[in-house]
Amino acid sequence: MNGLDGPDNPLPRRRRRLDRVMMTSMTLLTVLGVFWVVWILLTTLERGFEAFSPDLFLKDTPPPGVAGGGLRNAFVGSLELLAVALAIGTPVGLLAGTWLGEFARRHPMAGAVVRFLNDILLSAPSIVIGLFAYTLLVAPLKHFSALAGGVALALIMIPVVVRTTDEMLRLVPDALREAAVALGIPYWRMVVHISWKAASRGILTGILLALARLSGETAPLLFTALNSPYFSTALDKPIASLPVVIFQFAMSPYPDWQKLAWAGAFVAMVFILALGLLARWLQARGTSST
Amino acid sequence: MSVTTQTMNASQQGPATLAPRRRDTGDKRFARLTGGFALIVAATLFAILVALVLESWPVWRTFGPRFLWDSSWDAVAGRFGALPFIYGTLVSSAIALVLATPVSFAIAVFLSELSPRWLRQPLATTIELLAGIPSIVYGMWGLLVFAPWFARFEPVLSATLGQIPGIGTLFRGPPLGIGLLTAGVVLAVMILPFISSIMRDVFLLTPAALKESAYALGATRWEVVRRVVLPYTRSAVIGGIFLGLGRALGETMAVTFIIGNTNEIPPSLLLPGASIASVIANEFTEAVTELHRASLLALGLVLFLITFVVLALAKLLLLRLDGLAKGKPA
Repeated sequence: MNGLDGPDNPLPRRRRRLDRVMMTSMTLLTVLGVFWVVWILLTTLERGFEAFSPDLFLKDTPPPGVAGGGLRNAFVGSLELLAVALAIGTPVGLLAGTWLGEFARRHPMAGAVVRFLNDILLSAPSIVIGLFAYTLLVAPLKHFSALAGGVALALIMIPVVVRTTDEMLRLVPDALREAAVALGIPYWRMVVHISWKAASRGILTGILLALARLSGETAPLLFTALNSPYFSTALDKPIASLPVVIFQFAMSPYPDWQKLAWAGAFVAMVFILALGLLARWLQARGTSST
Repeated sequence: MSVTTQTMNASQQGPATLAPRRRDTGDKRFARLTGGFALIVAATLFAILVALVLESWPVWRTFGPRFLWDSSWDAVAGRFGALPFIYGTLVSSAIALVLATPVSFAIAVFLSELSPRWLRQPLATTIELLAGIPSIVYGMWGLLVFAPWFARFEPVLSATLGQIPGIGTLFRGPPLGIGLLTAGVVLAVMILPFISSIMRDVFLLTPAALKESAYALGATRWEVVRRVVLPYTRSAVIGGIFLGLGRALGETMAVTFIIGNTNEIPPSLLLPGASIASVIANEFTEAVTELHRASLLALGLVLFLITFVVLALAKLLLLRLDGLAKGKPA
């Protein structure tokens, strides 16, 4: 790179040797780290692919010890929970993020405090969020419900959307805002038609990434949506979800259940990686075209 | 940014359009609406705190602060103490951090300084995507793939590290494959992509002029990393490590599968234990008595407070680099 190994190198040998030792160990450690992560990825893909069959989407979870069956109720349950989370999390996160991105500059202290609290919420342990949703919706109503699970997921989603909305709005150039306002548009219409529009791709990316994170969340669902061996779409009843079923089946001693768990993990991982790639692609397109 | 708003529909108001506006254009309402939601988001954190304190009140009334350092947990006898779980949480996270930090650092250095250009972006993207793999996959892999493999490796550990006087007992025990050490290793693998992508982002913020000056003076690559990049980004690097620690402390699924789930403090790292998150996940739906459920909620409160402190520290450390990136002196 900078001719370190050349014969005319004036650097003392001790420094050159230290450099080579450190850089080699960095490379080896990188290989080690990547090895572990790739190991996980490959086993899940391999075992999941082996257990994969169309029945996965056509049949419901089987009773213990029974071969066959699928994960239909778990997929449907997960999609429903995601829909509830999306329906609550997107508007709340978008509006709160809009305040941070558009109005907080008039209240810098309040803005800093809200950002700080939101960032803490963003990384708060998801099991604690689950406990909170339990005290909010399960304990008072005295039964587990899909709604409580959806709310728990929404609570995890909101800080992600708030943060991306805030960051994306702050990237919108002020000249754009001033141009619109100079034409006589009320400030709020400028936000809706100019700022949101300019930031839409970034915000969408954030929502996709939040969805990717939500679809693997297990802990907040354990005592809110609980689990169910049956096909159900009722919001006021316990509902099966993919991560919780994977948890239940992988921990069980039955090989048939473990097989289904691998298949479920495979589908979840493909879904999440696809969402991640889609988000990245949107982001890349956004930066190159504007 | 104050905006002088003029009414849009001039035709209706005739020549008076330049006069001060008479009707509310909705700006105030919009600001109030968004501000209200921002307030809700900010208040959520306090709502969580209040809910957990209220719901765990029976515990504090019955046991007092002794709950925190009592090591017995017996649902049948109605005695509850948090110590085994606090111990399990802290120890498994500490193991994860000790293992993951050097490797993450290496990956970040490799990606920002060493990697050939063609490999840089694909590798960085892969690592970021891997940070998105759900923790349940790590847990499942840990239980069904890693634990059986690790059980064969554990006698080696007992025969080597286990022979060191003093700390040796920590590494002696039956080769079960599951336990605190396994949980720590799997947690390490889980937070690895997370910490390394933060560190890489931070390293890339080092001004090129600084690094180039050092190279021009004849510094080696290691010396540039050690004496230019690291000092410049130190607080943010530590902040990134703390964010990883926050994740490890609160992680449920990756740990519950493999920590073994016993409610006492194991004398060795090779023996099963439990963490706060794992005991909540295992026992919450089966808690019959009021006190048992309240004790689990109290554990949730303890976890929330521990992670709050760690995350707040992380945030403050990362903020300092934000200042640097904007050109303010440290």
